[in-house]
Amino acid sequence: MSKPLVSIENVSFSYEGQQDPALNNISFDIYEGEWLAIVGHNGSGKSTLAKLLNGLQFPQEGTISVCGITLSEETVWDIRKNVGMVFQNPDNQFVGTTVQDDVAFGLENHGVPREIMVDRVQTSLDKVKMGTFLNQEPHHLSGGQKQRVAIAGVLALQPSIIILDEATSMLDPRGRAEVIETVRELKTRENITVISITHDLEEAAKADRIIVMNKGKLYREGTPEEIFEMDEELIKLGLDIPFPVKMSKKLRQKGIGLTKSYLTEEELVTELWTSHSKM
Amino acid sequence: MDISLKNVEYRYQADSPFERLAISDVSIDIPSGTYLAIIGHTGSGKSTVLQHLNALLKPTRGSVVIGSREIRAKRKEKNLKGVREKVGIVFQFPEHQLFEETVEKDIMFGPMNFGVSEKEAKARARAAINLVGLSEEILEKSPFDLSGGQMRRVAIAGVLAMEPEVIVLDEPTAGLDPRGRKEIMDLFYSLHKQKNLSTVLVTHSMEDAARYADEIVVMHQGKVFTKGTPELIFSNPQALIELGLDVPEVVGLQLRIEESFKTKFKKISLSEDELAEMVAEFLEGGGLK
Repeated sequence: MSKPLVSIENVSFSYEGQQDPALNNISFDIYEGEWLAIVGHNGSGKSTLAKLLNGLQFPQEGTISVCGITLSEETVWDIRKNVGMVFQNPDNQFVGTTVQDDVAFGLENHGVPREIMVDRVQTSLDKVKMGTFLNQEPHHLSGGQKQRVAIAGVLALQPSIIILDEATSMLDPRGRAEVIETVRELKTRENITVISITHDLEEAAKADRIIVMNKGKLYREGTPEEIFEMDEELIKLGLDIPFPVKMSKKLRQKGIGLTKSYLTEEELVTELWTSHSKM
Repeated sequence: MDISLKNVEYRYQADSPFERLAISDVSIDIPSGTYLAIIGHTGSGKSTVLQHLNALLKPTRGSVVIGSREIRAKRKEKNLKGVREKVGIVFQFPEHQLFEETVEKDIMFGPMNFGVSEKEAKARARAAINLVGLSEEILEKSPFDLSGGQMRRVAIAGVLAMEPEVIVLDEPTAGLDPRGRKEIMDLFYSLHKQKNLSTVLVTHSMEDAARYADEIVVMHQGKVFTKGTPELIFSNPQALIELGLDVPEVVGLQLRIEESFKTKFKKISLSEDELAEMVAEFLEGGGLK
């Protein structure tokens, strides 16, 4: 894998007036161009982690460096140029009166000249397939479309990392699929590093690597295959097992010769075919 | 308490240039004790139907019967408090509606608004907080110091404290983690059974609709597209797929397997175990001939 883009070393963080630390001595790296999913139950510390990565909060112990810069109150503005964030609620992050104003908002804040801005707004919206919606007002958009505009707003600033903080959890199934597909395309075409914070395990299954958080600690790290082998342990952590993995297991229990658990239904059906043809 | 919608039509901003037809010719019967799920796309009219169940919206045509009360189009309806007391709605992201200084006051607000004494409201708050699986210590806290999952439970406790006979749930688990989701759904299901409530669940989750509901209504473009038991609704998955709706994952997998092996199993299965069984039987029987 390529070089680490983000390094998190021995980071701890507590909210005021709360006994248990939200993050307790966390260390890991995030690599350039990867899609990392951070999963965990509500309150496991995953959103706090996201806030630290973007300098919305600062670690009380340990250090975070992004693109070689150590995060501090002095460097936070440089870091935010590199790290874009998309939040959970589509309605809370739409600030413009039209789609193009919304995308231009961040560029204006960064003092980008108008000629460049016009071009960036258009190309960013094209990348999320919202390029024909320039003058639409937010209330005419679905949740999934609003989140895609939010992603475009982040892309316009040309960050190297995008953090999705439960960005699909308020969407209907169609909106969720739209956003995940958009992210997948961006990752492949633009080589953007994606950190998705989620408890949707089907979403996490599409990532390159998964980190499981539990009670403020890094509980486990691995590829989706490795993580989903945890099986019942995931349920104890307040999570779930993706449906194809669950079904693979049930089919194996019925004596069907599958060699492992499959993360997608396609793989599972293909394997059923293969094992069948050998019978 | 029975609820029945008869040929209900609703137009937003009727008789204005902004008039928009949201639902039309909607007839749904919800006999006392039913667990009904309403499914459909965003914009299919689910939420409009939901708001008729306690007269937050009044039909622009047709009528809604809620218990002994009939709400008809083109008639001034007064004194709807009795209806709203008996039909509790848990809206999407109900924690956004918390506003009081303490959890206890927030839960007491509903019952007291309907004339319950302070003493009784306090007792109900205590009972409700236990029902939703939180400890009584939380009653003294500010609702804004709680985690998202706890806030959701407090908001639900506020509806339960009104002791409704009908509970209407609009995507009650959106945004919760898998455990939280299961706990909340199981909580509503056990209340439904224990207290013999009617429950109406508006959801995008086909799994929840299949697992909990006795009856499913599929909304499409403001109309009832079809209704029936989960077995009946999902026995024709193609119709749902054509509407662009999902089918339960287990049904989706069965369709993929059937397509891949060019076969049809004897029925559409809603349970993972049953599907595994059918697949095993099929393959042991030699699979493709």
